[in-house]
Amino acid sequence: MVKILAVDDSASMRQMVTYTLKQGGYEVTEAVDGADALAKAKGGQFDLVITDVNMPKMDGITLVRELRALPAFKFTPILLLTTESAPEKKQEGKQAGATGWLVKPFDPDQLINTIKKVVN
Amino acid sequence: MSVDLSQFLQTFFEESFEGLDIMESGLLELDPQHPDTEVLHTVFRAAHSIKGGAGTFGLSAISDFTHRMETLLDRLRAGEQTVTPEVVSALLSAVDCLRGMLEAIKAEQELDSEALSAAQQALDEQLALRDNGAKGGRPGAEQSAPAGSGGLGRRGANAGSSGSGSAPAGAGPEAGEGEQGGGWHIRFEPEAHLLTTGNDPARLFRALSDLGALTVHCESGELPAFEALDPESCCLSWDLELVTGATEAAVREVFEWVEDDAVIEITPLSGSAAPAAEDHGAAAEPAPESAPVAASATAEVEEGAEAAAAAGAAARPAATASSGGTAAATKSKPAKAGARKEAAKKSSSSIRVDTEKIDVLIDMVGELVITQSMLSQIGKEFSADRLEELQDGLAQLERNTRELQESIMRIRMVPISFAYSRLPRIVHDTSRALGKEVEFTMEGEQTELDKTVMEKIIDPLVHLVRNSVDHGIEDPAERQAAGKPGKGKISIEAYHKGGNIIIEIVDDGRGINRDKLLGKARAAGLVEEGEELSDAEVYDLIFHPGLSTHDEATEYSGRGVGMDVVKRNIRSLSGSLNVRSAPGQGTTITISLPLTLSILDGQLFRVGDQTYIVPLVSVIESLQVDGAKVSGVTGRGEVYHWREAYVPIVRLHELFDTEPMRHELSGGLMVIVEDEETYLGVFVDDLLDQQQVVIKSLEANYLRVPGIAGATILGDGTVALILDIAGLVEMSRGGSRQPLIPEREESDEAA
Amino acid sequence: MAEQSERQNLADDRTAALGTGADTVDAMQATADGEQYLTFTLGDEEYGVDILRVQEIKGWQRATPIPNTPHYVKGVINLRGTIVPVIDLRERFGMAAQEYSKFTVVVMVKVISGVRERIMGLVVDALSEVYTFQTEQIRPAPEFGAHIRTDFIRGLATVDDSKMVIVLDVDELLSDEDLAIADDQSRVAEAVRTAARVSKESE
Repeated sequence: MVKILAVDDSASMRQMVTYTLKQGGYEVTEAVDGADALAKAKGGQFDLVITDVNMPKMDGITLVRELRALPAFKFTPILLLTTESAPEKKQEGKQAGATGWLVKPFDPDQLINTIKKVVN
Repeated sequence: MSVDLSQFLQTFFEESFEGLDIMESGLLELDPQHPDTEVLHTVFRAAHSIKGGAGTFGLSAISDFTHRMETLLDRLRAGEQTVTPEVVSALLSAVDCLRGMLEAIKAEQELDSEALSAAQQALDEQLALRDNGAKGGRPGAEQSAPAGSGGLGRRGANAGSSGSGSAPAGAGPEAGEGEQGGGWHIRFEPEAHLLTTGNDPARLFRALSDLGALTVHCESGELPAFEALDPESCCLSWDLELVTGATEAAVREVFEWVEDDAVIEITPLSGSAAPAAEDHGAAAEPAPESAPVAASATAEVEEGAEAAAAAGAAARPAATASSGGTAAATKSKPAKAGARKEAAKKSSSSIRVDTEKIDVLIDMVGELVITQSMLSQIGKEFSADRLEELQDGLAQLERNTRELQESIMRIRMVPISFAYSRLPRIVHDTSRALGKEVEFTMEGEQTELDKTVMEKIIDPLVHLVRNSVDHGIEDPAERQAAGKPGKGKISIEAYHKGGNIIIEIVDDGRGINRDKLLGKARAAGLVEEGEELSDAEVYDLIFHPGLSTHDEATEYSGRGVGMDVVKRNIRSLSGSLNVRSAPGQGTTITISLPLTLSILDGQLFRVGDQTYIVPLVSVIESLQVDGAKVSGVTGRGEVYHWREAYVPIVRLHELFDTEPMRHELSGGLMVIVEDEETYLGVFVDDLLDQQQVVIKSLEANYLRVPGIAGATILGDGTVALILDIAGLVEMSRGGSRQPLIPEREESDEAA
Repeated sequence: MAEQSERQNLADDRTAALGTGADTVDAMQATADGEQYLTFTLGDEEYGVDILRVQEIKGWQRATPIPNTPHYVKGVINLRGTIVPVIDLRERFGMAAQEYSKFTVVVMVKVISGVRERIMGLVVDALSEVYTFQTEQIRPAPEFGAHIRTDFIRGLATVDDSKMVIVLDVDELLSDEDLAIADDQSRVAEAVRTAARVSKESE
């Protein structure tokens, strides 16, 4: 089963993403911020990471950079959840090594479609 | 897939309320002169999360409104707009408004459109300020404005990307033809690092083939020799032909994520595939030439876009620093955020317990089990010579039990920071409304106390702190005239002392005017002319209902209503209040509270065959009744002459309808108890020990009983009732010989 | 399933408490459908309560009286650290009070009112049996006229062709109003007190 690490400091977003992905047949691990995600990433392998940008402790951009520095995550697709009001985050994310992005607000279908673009 | 988003709303509300608390405390923390960027980041992030969630869950009113806040906050944190008290106020009222909106939506009620438009207007005024200021010449800031203005942002970004895409296409003369043509030729030259962005060319081709028939030509010319091959680099490039009716934008969208990591040229296919291939072949020579040109053109455009983005970023120097800075800023927060989480959930009866506390308990239970097995072993093979062993075992059991009890109590302990949370806002609002300047500090936030005590202390603290701003701190002018800094200081500190928690509220204001207060009390007939009072007694008068030293009542001071309530609340928690004051230097109010409400120090006594307990804090004196000091009052009650006062005598056996051992007052025992300065003499058969008892609820399985505060289990396993002195006082007002429940007529009379 | 086994466990306990009788076992085997009732006697009458509401059976122990409560509320006892009221059912039903002896039994029942769950003890003469009644076996109680309350009687069931069991509804039997005669008055008193306090404050 495809394993996804979902990172968001907002519990409701996390619930929504996790629920949707599980409905979509993916295995999901949740993390509450970048630091938590990094710790979980170090402790396991994931086929995809989907992360919020604005988070306490470690933001999404830093997380991408840190993940890319891990051998196990060198090629792993990492998607950023950006907002329409911060387009510059896409560039920042790309430079840090993000695979792509999904613009908030999104609905469950958009999420699944985007995920399908990067994992089989 | 259909997912019912409403199932996540509850969580969204919860976290939004938490977010609002974080925003509120952050905003209150802001010093307009030296705004802390990290605090602004925290506040921004909270607004950002609420907006994001609201957008996702379809609460457009919330997301629209929060968007305004976010924009303003973004400017503040980027230093594009100055943090002024006005801006903070506008944001604070926006927080209130947002809280109201969320509450209304949660309760499925109508939104308060008036409050909304007022708050919105306040925000817009602040937003407009910056717009004017920007004309003063901050080009970078101005450029980033459309990006910052949300709704437009996305469209702007799309327009930008299609613009950069159409530039090279427009350069080709065939551009127009391509639109109606049979497809696209795509030159895809990824940079070597493409794979390390997690993007896979195969995925892109798969997406393209969803649009139409795709032919892929791979160029491996640049592939280095095998020994130099870096498997992590992408050295291939591709020529793709896509026969499709899809627009160029649709094709480009497939490459959206790799635009910066590859040269992507999209040109229309000519009428048929063959000529196109021919064309391509024919143009083989010029192609390398034109390609770099196109590529550089693209690069330029991209650079332009990047430059714009960079300008935007430059305009927000803080934004780039955010990643590092925020981490540091939030490190100090988790405890607070956690605290707020608790506060938000305080309405439910659950409690969050540190696993550490539970581990301690488990350890103790472990010890208890060891002790138990030791004792049972002694019991099985007991002989007289093992007596000492048995005594040791019992002593150990006693210690285990006590430690276990203490640890269990600790589970109910929560940090006082929950009670602190509302205070900064109170100080801010009150001082602003009164035109005062106050620096407010809080200490001992991690001091723990019982959850129930904590919940009940919130209102008194709010009241006392507000009172300090209103009555304690002087106007800046008055302060300066007195040689003090214009900005007053109020601090609140909590700490443990013995079995109590002490909370001190200190201000450096004008102090309590002893003479004025005493004069008022005399005028109100509370203190007789010529009667001398100690300082403590005089200061205690501020808690007397109906006394306010303020000449004019303000919205905040009221008319002396409140301070008496403060005292009553604290008394109901078995706590005490102490006031110290020095004219011109300030006032200190000290609250002392028991750490827990589940244990009390009690005086045990006996009436008939029953044991009762009266809280030791209520006991003033136990004495032997001197018959000469007993007098009857209109045949309805008896009073005892005690310390120059007449104290009503309560014969508990009459109130409780039991058979006493002694009827004769004279020579019997009486306990003088007090509640809110009302005294009662409780006539008892016998006085027993003073001991700590665990308070058990009578209501849990039965009902509240007037005059009874609860029950406890005595050493022999039987139940003893704990008296509620306030209840007894109330009952005694109906006449001590009256039945427990006053008659209706009499009650009316009393009212 | 869980309920079924809980039922069985309780029934087993009951059996142990009662001493195993042949008919008790028969009753137990009929658990597949119908509900089980623990019955007890008050004088010549036999009463039943839903066995799922029965928490445990205790011998009579001295209760601490609570002042100013109805006479049939005998007081409170310590049930493993919680304070539980004990109600004398004979007195509750207006039957002649009886001296408590070492055979006097207190049946601890769960009383549900709204979201509240309380444990209370019922003093009865003696335990009797555990019966299984089908719902249709419990017939509504006849009207006894206005002076006799029947709202706490769920119905009447017949066992062994002749014996009648009065099936009680403990929630109705032990509602707040029944537990505190003085309740209405005390609420009035409370209201008056509050009013007095308020008027004092607003002076």
